[in-house]
Formats: sequence, C-alpha cells, structure tokens
Amino acid sequence: MKHLLATDGLDAATATAVLDTADELKHTLLGREVKKLPTLRGRTVITLFYENSTRTRVSFEIAGKWMSADVINVSASSSSVNKGESLRDTALTLAAAGADCMIVRHPASGAAHRLSGWLAEAGTSVVNAGDGTHEHPTQALLDAATLRERLGSLQDRRIAIVGDVLHSRVARSNIHLLTTLGAEVVLVAPPTLLPVGVDKLPVTVSHDLDAELPAVDAVMMLRVQAERMTGGGPGQSFFPSAREYSISYGLSERRQALLPEHAVVLHPGPMLRGMEIAHAVADSPASAVTEQVRNGVHVRMAVLYHLLASEGAAA
Amino acid sequence: MTADVRPPAEAVSTALVIKGARPYGEGEPVDVLVRDGVIAEIGSVTVPEGAEVIEAAGQVLLPGFVDLHTHLREPGREDTETVESGSAAAALGGYTAVFAMANTDPVADNALVTDHVWRRGQEAGLVDVHPVGAVTVGLKGEKLAELGTMAKSVAGVRVFSDDGVCVADPLLMRRALEYSTALDAVIAQHAEEPRLTVGAQAHEGEQASRLGYPGWPASAEESIVARDCLLALHANARLHVCHVSTAGTVDVLRWAKERGTKVSAEVTPHHLLLTDDRLETYDPVNKVNPPLRTGSDAERLRAALAEGVVDCVATDHAPHAPQDKDTEWNAARPGMLGLQTALSVVVETMVKPGLLDWRGVARVMSERPAEIGNLPEHGRPLATGEPANLTLVDPAAEWTVRGAELASIAANTPYEGMRLPGVVTATLLRGRITAREGKIR
Ligand SMILES: [Zn+2]
Repeated sequence: MKHLLATDGLDAATATAVLDTADELKHTLLGREVKKLPTLRGRTVITLFYENSTRTRVSFEIAGKWMSADVINVSASSSSVNKGESLRDTALTLAAAGADCMIVRHPASGAAHRLSGWLAEAGTSVVNAGDGTHEHPTQALLDAATLRERLGSLQDRRIAIVGDVLHSRVARSNIHLLTTLGAEVVLVAPPTLLPVGVDKLPVTVSHDLDAELPAVDAVMMLRVQAERMTGGGPGQSFFPSAREYSISYGLSERRQALLPEHAVVLHPGPMLRGMEIAHAVADSPASAVTEQVRNGVHVRMAVLYHLLASEGAAA
Repeated sequence: MTADVRPPAEAVSTALVIKGARPYGEGEPVDVLVRDGVIAEIGSVTVPEGAEVIEAAGQVLLPGFVDLHTHLREPGREDTETVESGSAAAALGGYTAVFAMANTDPVADNALVTDHVWRRGQEAGLVDVHPVGAVTVGLKGEKLAELGTMAKSVAGVRVFSDDGVCVADPLLMRRALEYSTALDAVIAQHAEEPRLTVGAQAHEGEQASRLGYPGWPASAEESIVARDCLLALHANARLHVCHVSTAGTVDVLRWAKERGTKVSAEVTPHHLLLTDDRLETYDPVNKVNPPLRTGSDAERLRAALAEGVVDCVATDHAPHAPQDKDTEWNAARPGMLGLQTALSVVVETMVKPGLLDWRGVARVMSERPAEIGNLPEHGRPLATGEPANLTLVDPAAEWTVRGAELASIAANTPYEGMRLPGVVTATLLRGRITAREGKIR
C-alpha cells in the first residue's frame, strides 16, 4: 500500500490485513504502561489539516507517536495557506522538508488524490483524513474494526446508516468498505439527504427507520452536517425542523428498543445528543462510541504501519 | 471617434489558386481561383502569372468557421490569452470569425471596451474578432448595460451575453429580450439557475455522488431555457442558448422551436465527446461550466446537432493559467481550450459515425453561427463572387494534441495526448492565407 485515499476500490484482502494489524497492535499494547513501539523511528509524519477536526488530528497524532514517528501538525490557520499559498506548493514544500507521509484533511473532494499525484516524485505517502464530501477511509476502517469486535464478522451482517448521507464522507467510505467485507447496507434518510444516483450503489434505501431497526445488526448514526448545507437561505431546508428530523430519524430510546439484543450503535461524533441520538442511547451498553475512538488510534497505527513499515512499503 | 480605426483587414489583390480540393467534400475535385478577396472562379482554373498555389488534393474545402463563443481574456488576463494569441489559435483551427465573450476585466459592458477588443482584432488581422457586449452592467444581473450604444459603436455589437453567469432575474431577462429587438440583436444566455447550483462542482448524478462533488443538476439548465424560450416568444425576440449540455434541454428546444420561438442553440465540442466519467481523474482540466454530463446526454446532443434542433457548434474556448487549474478541484476555474481542437472533435463525434457529412459540418460550424451572429460576410456558400473566407481540411490526417504546442498562451486542453482525426491545413480570410500547415502566416 502506497497511499490510503479511499475505501472505494480497496480490496477485501488489504482491508482485512489492516484490520488484523490493528487487532494485533491493540493486544500488544493492552495493559502496557508505556504505549510506544519503535516501528516508525526516524520517520516523519505530517498532518496537514485545512479543516478543524481535533478528534481526527489527535487520533492520527497519537497513532504516529505510539509508533515512534516524528509527528508534525500543520493546520490551515498556522500555515502559509492564510497567505494564499496553494495546496500544491504547500505539499511540495513539506515533502521537500522530509515528510515520509502526509495526512490530509481538506474541504475539496479529491484533494488527497491530487496530492498523491503532486507528491509522486517525492515518494511521500498520502492518507486521506477526509476530503470534502467524498471519503474518510480511516473512519470506515475503525468502524469496521469496532463492528468486527462486537459482531465477530461482517459477513452477511445488516447495517443501517442513518441520517445525512448526502454530505457524509463517512457514509461513502462505509458503504464501500462494509459491502466489500460482506455486509449488507441499508441507508435510512429523508430523500433530500440522499445523493442522486444512490440506486446505483450496492445498498437499499429506506425512509422508515422503525421498519428497518428490528432486522439490523448495527445502526450507524450520522452527523447532520449543517455547515455543508450550502443551499443558503430557504434552500437550507433539507428537512423542516430539528424536531421533525429527530422524530423521523433520531435514535430515541423507544427506537432502540426495536433493535435486536446484540445490535451495536455507532456514531462518528461529534454527536448532537437529543436530535440525532438520545442521551441515554449514546451512553447505553449497545453504544460503541467510545470503542470507536479507541479503535481509531489502533487502526491509524495499522495504516501507518502498512504504508511506511511493512514489506514493500519502500517500493 | 472612428478616425483612428483601420478598416477591416485588407483583401489582397494577388491571385491564389486552391488546386484539387472538393467543396463540401462532394463531387469531383475542382480548382478555386481567389482574387481580390472573393472567389473568382470554381472549376478548371488556369493559374494566373504570379499566383500562389495551394495543392489540396484529397482535401475538403469549407466556408471559414465562425465561433459564437470564445473567451479571449483581453483585457485583464493577458497572461492566459490575448486577442492576438486567441486569433492565432482561431486561424489555426480553421476559423475566420470569432465572438469574444464579455466577461473580461473590465467587463465589456460599454463601447469603450467593445471597441478596444474590436480594434485589437483588426490589428492582429487573423480572424474577424467581434466583441460580445454584456447584457447587464458588470455582469451583475441588476441593470441593463448600454446595449444601444454598443450596437451603434465601431464594433457594431450584435450579440449580448453575461456568459459566465446567467441573467437569472426573469423580469430583467424579459427587458433585455424586448430591448434587443430594436437593435436586431440576439441575447445569448448562459442558462444556469443560480439557486440550484450553489456550490456546484460537477454534473449531479451517479458519478458526482460517488466522488462527493456537490451537484449541478440538469434541471438548473433546463428550467432557465424553458423560461427564456417563453419570454422570447412573448417578446418576439431572438434568444440564443449557450453551451447546451443536457438531453432535457434538447427536448425544451424542440418544443419551443415547434411553437415558433426565435431560439437558436449551440453545443460545445467537449459536451459532444467527453462525459462525467472524466471526474475519476480528479483533474480540474476536466472542470467546465456547464459540467461534463453523462454518456446519454452526449449521445442526445450529437443527435440534436445532426437534426438541427441544436443549431451549431461553439467552442467556449476558455484559457486558464496553471495556477488556476493545477489545483484541487474546488479551487480550479472552469473552462478548457477549444479553438484548435473543435474541428477534430466534430469529425470524431459527428463525421466518423455518419451523423454529419461535410455539408453538415459547414452548416454547424460556419453557416448557422454566421447567421445567428449576424455576419453577412461569413458562412457564405462556396460560389463565385462570394467572400473568400475559407478553410481547407485534410479529412484523412490525424494529429496528437499537445497543449504546450497550441497557439494559446494557456495550455489547458482535456485532449492532451489524444490522437484526433481531421487536420485544418489552411485558412483564408478575405483571400489572404492566415494559417497554413499548422503555422500562422
Ligand atoms: Zn457559459
């Protein structure tokens, strides 16, 4: 693996290898007081964030540090971005300064792909940490790791992805990865929050959350991305009100009761408690929200390992 | 005011003979004698003493092409194109007249700017450069520009457009159409309902959804075209629809024409050939407005052009600097070069599949655009006494597109490295050779 840009096109064997490595790392580090492996000593990893996301950046930073890499954080507010320098020039500069891997978060879909092209000569690996409304592959991998832990395998499991699919890179990455790993995906959302051409994706679509819940093994709640609802003015009406959204698509305690006993509840965070998910549901034993965050570090360690340390990484 | 302006590039008095070409690619090869800027003789010609001879066996003779939709970037972005460099690209592409869009900096919303562009075209002397005037002041869509003053200026503006943006206000569009009828002018609309395309980055469909690009829905174009056709019918005015890109717009145009609306429409070469499959590359060289649509849209556009529901081909030639294109997708400006590749793309998409013969090519690349743009000297029949605005094409030849080798200052071509059929071998403006064997004269 040279880059991790998307789960679309990521084959089952590679994805499974990353998840297995994450598993291994988790068990290796379990109970250790000093969580530090020497694997990436001497390697330089740069996080380049054009959007604020403390949780994702910190997760990558911890992952890098636990692997003994030198991690440098560059954010849009502190970099030359503010002075109008292009993404291309910023990336080339950072690569020239010695970055082995660049982890990029950017508001433009395809930005990570563009970076990988610009950095081809420098040989720098690129990890997509979220590009526009396109993909967020490490989030999908950590979701899959969490589901594997709770459910054993993803084969023939049925997973509902609920809410703002249109603006969600997490949903896109999960649709591809979960189906690649053998799961069935049902999208539950109002028609305004589903992308055009959704019928061409390997999913089924529903507008009735109550009807879907009894048959799913997991329910993945999405964040309502108000900041991406760019219609402006009255066009922002992707749904009439927070109240109506909550009534139709929120995971209330009543709804949770419709789930099978073993079902898992996921949310990529940050959660809008009370609207997307009831407070009690978020903190219930069915909720794997905290494990998602914990697994995020191990999955990102595994990704860095496969990019920078495993055999063939040098190629 | 007009004293310092030279008359249109002089017709040459020396004779020139094109030997063995086939007019419209039909019939037996003939010789064409060009003298004093007009076609003096067609048939078997005795070469006059001192006349230049163009050996054109196997080549197709056509009336010089006319482009209703060119961005020449002067004034304001001379780092990407000038009237002169764009004229060279046009001549090399087989064009004898181009319409330069008004979205320059400053905007061509007054006679000072339109006259400047016209004069620069005369100085370059390679094609007739006709400035398009803006419909509204500063392309802001708030207030009509001085259409009458531009129409009466040296440049004699007959096409008005806010291209780049849509005249979205229905009342203002109605007024523009009504007002234009007194000027024998046409309002060329960039049809894009702005409320439906906020943040749009690509055709709203399966591809954009998968790749996470905010969508530009087909209905944003179709709804404006439908509205404008109704307004034009009501005002008995002439409407021209720029760069039609969707199958639905074709249906609207057919319906409007059947009702007697004075509406014409153009399609770009790139919308005939390229599709939103190109999004896979993430390369903004493929970013254009309106965006590349689906394969079935392209198929319907080709059929509509063959049938005449879409009247003509226009390039939407849009040069951009590397720093405006070699970026992440959202940051890139929309647009691509078109003047030197248009004929080849039309051959590839229309001639090769048998949708158009060469007479059809003359219709969509020369005759109809000249009629729509009100140019009596261009798009004329290949006949004795007609102005010698001519293009010679080698239909059998192929070439490989290299952006850096094109005459434009910018190099943003989506056809980089592509092998395309049909080579323009010579262009004549009023009997004078402007381009020959890929070189400017
Ligand atoms: Zn336009």
